[in-house]
Amino acid sequence: MDLVSFAVQLLNGVQYGLVLFLVASGLTLVFGILGVINLAHGAFYMLGAYLAYWITARTGSFWAALVGGVAIAFVVGLLLEEIFVKRLYGRDHLAQVLLSFGLILVLDEIRHILFGKDVHSVPAPEFLRGSIQLTEVLSYPVYRLAICVFCLAVAAAIFLVIQKTRIGMIVRAGAENRDMTRALGIRFDVVNRYVFAVGIVLAALGGIVVAPISTVFPGMDNQMLILSFVVVVLGGIGSVAGAAIGALLIGVADSFGKVFMPNFSSFTIYVLMAAVLLWRPNGILGRREI
Amino acid sequence: MARGALTSRLVAVALVAVAVALPFFAATYYLQLASKVLLMGLLAMALNLVVGFGGLVSLCHAAFFGLAGYVLALTSPPYEAASIWITLPAAVGAAALAALVIGALSLRTRGIYFIMVTLAFGEMLFFFFHDTRVAGGSDGTFIYFKPLVAIGSLPLLDLEKARTFYWVVLGLTLAGIALLVVIVRSPFGHALAASRVNERRARSLGFPIYRIRLAAFVISGALAGLSGYFAAAQFGYVAPQMLGWHVSATALVMVVLGGMRTVTGPLLGAAILMGLEEFLRASTEHWKLLEGLIIIGLVLAFPDGVRQLFDMALKPHAFPALRRMRRPAVPREAGNA
Repeated sequence: MDLVSFAVQLLNGVQYGLVLFLVASGLTLVFGILGVINLAHGAFYMLGAYLAYWITARTGSFWAALVGGVAIAFVVGLLLEEIFVKRLYGRDHLAQVLLSFGLILVLDEIRHILFGKDVHSVPAPEFLRGSIQLTEVLSYPVYRLAICVFCLAVAAAIFLVIQKTRIGMIVRAGAENRDMTRALGIRFDVVNRYVFAVGIVLAALGGIVVAPISTVFPGMDNQMLILSFVVVVLGGIGSVAGAAIGALLIGVADSFGKVFMPNFSSFTIYVLMAAVLLWRPNGILGRREI
Repeated sequence: MARGALTSRLVAVALVAVAVALPFFAATYYLQLASKVLLMGLLAMALNLVVGFGGLVSLCHAAFFGLAGYVLALTSPPYEAASIWITLPAAVGAAALAALVIGALSLRTRGIYFIMVTLAFGEMLFFFFHDTRVAGGSDGTFIYFKPLVAIGSLPLLDLEKARTFYWVVLGLTLAGIALLVVIVRSPFGHALAASRVNERRARSLGFPIYRIRLAAFVISGALAGLSGYFAAAQFGYVAPQMLGWHVSATALVMVVLGGMRTVTGPLLGAAILMGLEEFLRASTEHWKLLEGLIIIGLVLAFPDGVRQLFDMALKPHAFPALRRMRRPAVPREAGNA
């Protein structure tokens, strides 16, 4: 493998990892703050991709899809928290697993009713459609680079909000010691609602940005759900920095696994997970006890 | 209390008698449905050993279930029936081995982590059969003949007959129930329950928690494999979806529906859920929407399963809110706290 194709694979891996980070950071935030395991997280990734397809087909503008998709996901997140999720706080994990499983069945069937079972593709925005010629035979699509830049910007925004703002302080304090934070007068019913909605938005955002480079199809939620779970297990629950490390590891491992072991590429990430479990059962940046 | 125990024993005997006699009055379609219910019930009861009694929410039991089915498909010769004496131990053994490896890794974690790790490892097996061409890839593969039950060249049972197949499955389910009851009542079962109720205390009393949980996980995985072997034989077909986590989650719904604190509860849950599915499927194309809503409603309304409904009807005195509704303002007798 020469240097250029190595670099291309690395770039692919990083790009994949960055999208994974978007989705998984939403998952890990919801775990960390709400203490709720949300198996329906992948369904919101699929929702984002389908919204991207639907709005782009209606308006012809990918940007409208980006803005509209985020807005719809945010409202859906607020509604779901209000109707279902808030009844799960403090319930055992089993109830959370079952409720989110029921939610998956409902969301998937709604997807079926609204958008059908067909496979769709989404055009990338006009000025991002070209590709950069690297050598005679190799080129790299501009849109993939744009995904990297966009995801890095979102990641930077997440870190800034969590580390530098008052809201971020509440979120960090809530993840650290919920009861003490509540005793200090923080209203968790409000915090929970917005954290859940932001988590949903992050999953949907992942779906929207990958829609132009991958197809939009029923069942796309499942693989993303498993991968973002593996990312959270690798990084440690509730740790956004851990999710970033885990996502990049998985992205790069998957990308190179596909090159070196095409038949067993899906195995590389599980071997990685098994290794981390043997080494640090609570994740790379996880605290000792949950 | 004694009268209650006698009643429930009589009900159990009556139920078994009806189950045994079912082939004499039910049509083949319902017989096959009953076999399916028993097999899913066996899977759910196996799962409940770790979920209900061990307190470990596993999302990878479909992987053991499906793996056993795949072992049957892969060890069957192409144009003749496979011998049950070879394929059944191989299938159950493979499921137990997978449970040993996955359990050994997953049981290093707790709570949410355990759920996620079992989910991920279960999906690893799903993607193994989905992505490689081992047995038809994502299309799955057919099993043309049901396994052969014979000694030498003397056939003992003909599993191709729906009636015989049903009786065999019924026998296995009853044997599974007996095994689980023995396990739950044994010192091992008590230690497992202790690890659920208070892990630290059980540990400080000297119980080897990790090994107890691993043993329960392996037994449960092997039973799930037993169920999967016969499920694959019944459908005559295996596909990766059989290992997918949606099957695990469905089994969990059965467990919760039927009640987690009894051995046979999940079987009841399987009967209710599959009956419901059958009904919904016949009435609407979008039955999954309704099923999802019903699951959500049940979780929110009855945290302890539908048994709670029966309990409310049979033992109203155990539910203070109901008692207040039924007998308002009865003064408590002294000493009857």
